[in-house]
Amino acid sequence: MSPLLDASGLAIGGRLQPSSIAARPGELVCLVGPNGSGKTSLLHAIAGIGGPAGEVRIDGHDPCRAGPDERRRLLSYLPATRDIAWPLAARDLIALGLSGGEGEAGIDRIVAELSLEDIAGRRIDRLSTGERSRVLIARALVARPRLLLLDEPVANLDPLWQLRLMDHLRLVTRRDGQAALIAAHDLDLAAAYADRLVVMRDGRIAAEGEPAELLASALIPEVFGIERRDGGWRPVA
Amino acid sequence: MSRGIALLLCGLLAAAFLLSLLVPWGDLAALLGEDRGLGLAVLRELRLPRAILALTYGAMLGASGAAIQALFANPLASPDLTGTTSGAALGAVITAYIFGFSAPIALSVGAVAGALGALLLLIALAGPRAETATLLLAGLAISALAGALTTLALALAPSPFAFYDAYDWLMGSLLDRSLAQAAFAALPAAVSILLLVRLSAALDSLTLGEEVAASFGHDVGRLRLWIVTLTAFGVGACVAICGAIGFVGLVAPIFARRVTGGHPGRAIVPAALIGAILLLAADLVVRTAPLGRTLPIGVVTALLGAPFFLWLVAHMRWRLR
Repeated sequence: MSPLLDASGLAIGGRLQPSSIAARPGELVCLVGPNGSGKTSLLHAIAGIGGPAGEVRIDGHDPCRAGPDERRRLLSYLPATRDIAWPLAARDLIALGLSGGEGEAGIDRIVAELSLEDIAGRRIDRLSTGERSRVLIARALVARPRLLLLDEPVANLDPLWQLRLMDHLRLVTRRDGQAALIAAHDLDLAAAYADRLVVMRDGRIAAEGEPAELLASALIPEVFGIERRDGGWRPVA
Repeated sequence: MSRGIALLLCGLLAAAFLLSLLVPWGDLAALLGEDRGLGLAVLRELRLPRAILALTYGAMLGASGAAIQALFANPLASPDLTGTTSGAALGAVITAYIFGFSAPIALSVGAVAGALGALLLLIALAGPRAETATLLLAGLAISALAGALTTLALALAPSPFAFYDAYDWLMGSLLDRSLAQAAFAALPAAVSILLLVRLSAALDSLTLGEEVAASFGHDVGRLRLWIVTLTAFGVGACVAICGAIGFVGLVAPIFARRVTGGHPGRAIVPAALIGAILLLAADLVVRTAPLGRTLPIGVVTALLGAPFFLWLVAHMRWRLR
């Protein structure tokens, strides 16, 4: 199967060393790595934030040459921060993610899929951090872009919603043939849902492969300084 | 903005513009009765330029206030609080000493250069997405610096006449401007507003943060440069003709966002309409106030706007508690 995402030579100053990454349609890839390892920088480089940072093709298109509407159909990016500059209603905020051709129906669909009916009409600054996160995730998903670039999407969500969101992401990638690159800190959650795990260290991709294998390898203690002991993750003794 | 609200704002604007032409009606009616040609000349040469200037200056302040607030993600940003108008005033006063107050092109260039300098200094001092305190401090510092330099320029006035001209102009006035002068302010203002409106979608996407706006394909650096340039160009041209008029650029966008559901970019058009209505209304207050003499319009907007600003600061403080 030809890749949906084909990116090579991605580099941003000292934060991201030249890296290549690809993803197939329907594939859910989790990026894991310690703080400052380059996960966000890799997502930025693919999204073209701060200008072109390498050779990126999404379904054969260069996102940096696409107009705003086409770009919203090619990719969406969810930043790790949940700050919103102006107190818009949640529904209006979700609508900012729409590409030209879609309308209210797209918003109704994502509101229903993420169970946002009760909060869609409320102002974003009057929602809890977790509710705000779900609204911003809905904004990232509403245009059904080919590639989802999500920076810590489960942060601030309660355990039930972490699972529901990951279930939903796995469902939409399978159903609609989208690909998702998700930066995550919870190794077990990442391994449970990802088709492939990408481990990052010092601004470069240290390893990638099947999640269970990677999690059991010696790389995890080496990169993260933790090991599985007494039924959970503990600092390396 | 719903169609009903758009129609209401346009209706209010048309009414305010007409009132601006016709009030006070008694003198004009008497003149038209006695000498129709003279009456029409008063309407065309005195009242029309004044109404056009109030409309365009108000619209420019409203639109630029909305754009600057959207850019800084801050409801307290406005051309006067960020030092743009004081910078423009300083640029114009210095130019006026060299070329005189009757050289609109030179005055406009001087004012635009002053406004541009003040905005660039603000971005350098406060950063591109400044927090409220930093923005206000930087704006205050720039306003104070520009004000001090303007006072110095007044103290060093080449003659008492130059001093009086500059002082009178600094208070902000729409009086005794010609149609040609009105055009000198109106054309750059109209071009700036139209170009600012084209940036609405990009400014709305900034609500989600610079990273998301960039992922949508908006070049945030270029957007910042455009807004700084257009605001300086339009406000500078208006300041060159009418002097500095405060608070309209702060107040109009705040009301405008109420009709756009909080969208900061979409607020540019309603902010322009509301700004124009506010300045036309302020001018009507000036010309109908029973004080025996005409107040400078800049003094009236400051008197009305300052309490609103105080309320806004207090409101933000309560909200942050």
